Amino acid sequence: MKFTVSGKLFSTTACLMFALSAPALSFAGDTIKFGIAGPHSGDLASYGLPSAAAAKLVIDKFNANGGIKGKKIEILQEDDVCKPEIATNTATKLVSSGVEVVLGHICSGATIAAMPIYKDANILVMSPSATSDELTYSGKYPNFFRTIAPNAAQSPAMIDFAIDKLGLKKIAIIHDKGDYGKPLAEGAKLHVEKKGKGQVVLFEGITPGAMDYSAIVQKIKESGAEVVVFGGYHPEASKIVSIMKKKRLDTKFVSDDGVKDDTFIKVAGDDAEGVYAAGPQDNSANPLALKAKEEYKAAFNSDPGAFYENAYAATVVMLNAIEKAGGSTKLEDLKKVLQTEKVDTPVGAVSFDQKGDAIGVGFSMYVVEKGKYVVVK
Amino acid sequence: MDYFIELLFSGLTRGSIYALIALGYTMVYGIIGLINFAHGEIYMIGAFTAFIVATVLSIYGFPLIAIVIIAGIAAVVWSSSYGYTIEKIAYKPLRHAPRLSPLISAIGMSIFLQNYVLLAQTSDFLPFPRLIPDFPFMEPIAHIVGSTDLVILVTTVIVMVALTFIIKFTLIGKAMRATSQDRTMATLVGINVNRVISATFIIGSGLAAIGGLLIASHIGQINFYIGFLAGIKAFTAAVLGGIGSIPGAVLGSLILGLTESFATGYVSSDYEDVFAFSLLVLILIFKPSGLLGKATNQKV
Repeated sequence: MKFTVSGKLFSTTACLMFALSAPALSFAGDTIKFGIAGPHSGDLASYGLPSAAAAKLVIDKFNANGGIKGKKIEILQEDDVCKPEIATNTATKLVSSGVEVVLGHICSGATIAAMPIYKDANILVMSPSATSDELTYSGKYPNFFRTIAPNAAQSPAMIDFAIDKLGLKKIAIIHDKGDYGKPLAEGAKLHVEKKGKGQVVLFEGITPGAMDYSAIVQKIKESGAEVVVFGGYHPEASKIVSIMKKKRLDTKFVSDDGVKDDTFIKVAGDDAEGVYAAGPQDNSANPLALKAKEEYKAAFNSDPGAFYENAYAATVVMLNAIEKAGGSTKLEDLKKVLQTEKVDTPVGAVSFDQKGDAIGVGFSMYVVEKGKYVVVK
Repeated sequence: MDYFIELLFSGLTRGSIYALIALGYTMVYGIIGLINFAHGEIYMIGAFTAFIVATVLSIYGFPLIAIVIIAGIAAVVWSSSYGYTIEKIAYKPLRHAPRLSPLISAIGMSIFLQNYVLLAQTSDFLPFPRLIPDFPFMEPIAHIVGSTDLVILVTTVIVMVALTFIIKFTLIGKAMRATSQDRTMATLVGINVNRVISATFIIGSGLAAIGGLLIASHIGQINFYIGFLAGIKAFTAAVLGGIGSIPGAVLGSLILGLTESFATGYVSSDYEDVFAFSLLVLILIFKPSGLLGKATNQKV
């Protein structure tokens, strides 16, 4: 008796297991493989992990609603530690395991290194954080999209702010001759010329790390500029603003994301007050952003980190594109949807331009007030 | 005209800063014929010492003048002991080695000290306290010459005068001059050459520390890397003026500072370094030993 029961139990279990495993096996080809690439370990992991978490939260929601066109979404996560030389391996591994779309990579250098591999495989890649201009402006990577504004978008943002918001016409553009600052300054100059309003009265590069910027500050004064637009990082910016204060110059100072750093305020102290800097768009008023943040808090019991909203948005738009394309993950089909459909996301209503940059994702201007950066309304 | 005067003062300030560092290069070279590449790092360590001492003292609420004096003395003592130790560790054992060996040792010391400060302190920029207040009597001309500029200029002049006095009239100064002219002969007449060399390093390092304190409070920030560019510029100034010559180092520094300032003011700051180094090349073509350097016949 005992034997028969256990025998039955055995056979039922075996049958059940078979029955369960059979569909699982046949589904294996029917999942949508969603790749996540970025730094998930090492000293830059804090840039990559929030994005991976965002993707998982969104995908879980989709899967809970039955997936896309009956297909579940399967996550394949690979670590690139933000290193270009490792990113190529990461990309190869993801491509060979058959990913259909990729969220990543996080760092610009790693993304640039990995892109050729995805391009050859015709896979859609969307980064929440890589801001290098080359990725979209060079036209080399038709399969690349991003939900963060490119560096170059800061130039028009700074100039529009100085001319339209502050109402200043005479602009001195200063840069640090570096890879980051100089293109920004050149972009700013072009934008002033294109805009027609305003006038560039001074355009110069300074040597980073120099001991004294008095001469250039005197020159700014002599040029009669009403506003200084600076392309570069915070160490030079803080030296310039302190010397401007010392020389009793109250010319306004508008700068970029490289200056929107708390170290700038710490180093420049009181001289930092009233300095304007461009920074990633402020989404704090967007209800979807608040909702996404709540979801993260519910799941992990802490505040999300860098690029969380951008990654959340990227995952939503990619999955939406697959859905609208009828479950297809072909690059051409997805591109068509991405470039025509507007999707509401935590970073605003997003669609993409021909280059792959998100329309409607930009920079906000911040100002130092009482030792803190606050958004300029 | 105002603009010219502004640039003139900005050039003089810059030149004085270079001079305080360049003196260390030129004194060491004058005595042992070594380019002490770790000198820029001594300057950086001086700035860091002043930073730490000043920060601690301001927490305890010391008056500003006391902070400046104590931080200044601490920076000078600390940097001098570094200079002294570096000489004993890195250069003295190599004194009779081929000329290239101490040079490599100096570069190594420079890299070591940079990384040491990086690890022991931080890689971040640190806010240096404003040790030099805005003097009320400077307010009418603050847009031309600031209070810090004034303090830098005055301090440099005082230091130069004191240094000249030491070298011209004191016993150790005489011994220095003798050692610089002929080390073997100086030993034969009973001068303790080792002590003279140590004294040179101590004085040079002390000057660099004063420079570090002044410049850091002028620009308001420091990090472990500030010694590199400062060292290169000061070295250039020393060569320009004739390395080994003390008035030459001062002259070279002022010329370099003024050239940079006027190049920025009247041409473009993009070409600041281009002008400075073109000037160096030009002077060295016509006067290979620098402006005030003596042409010496090296016995090879």
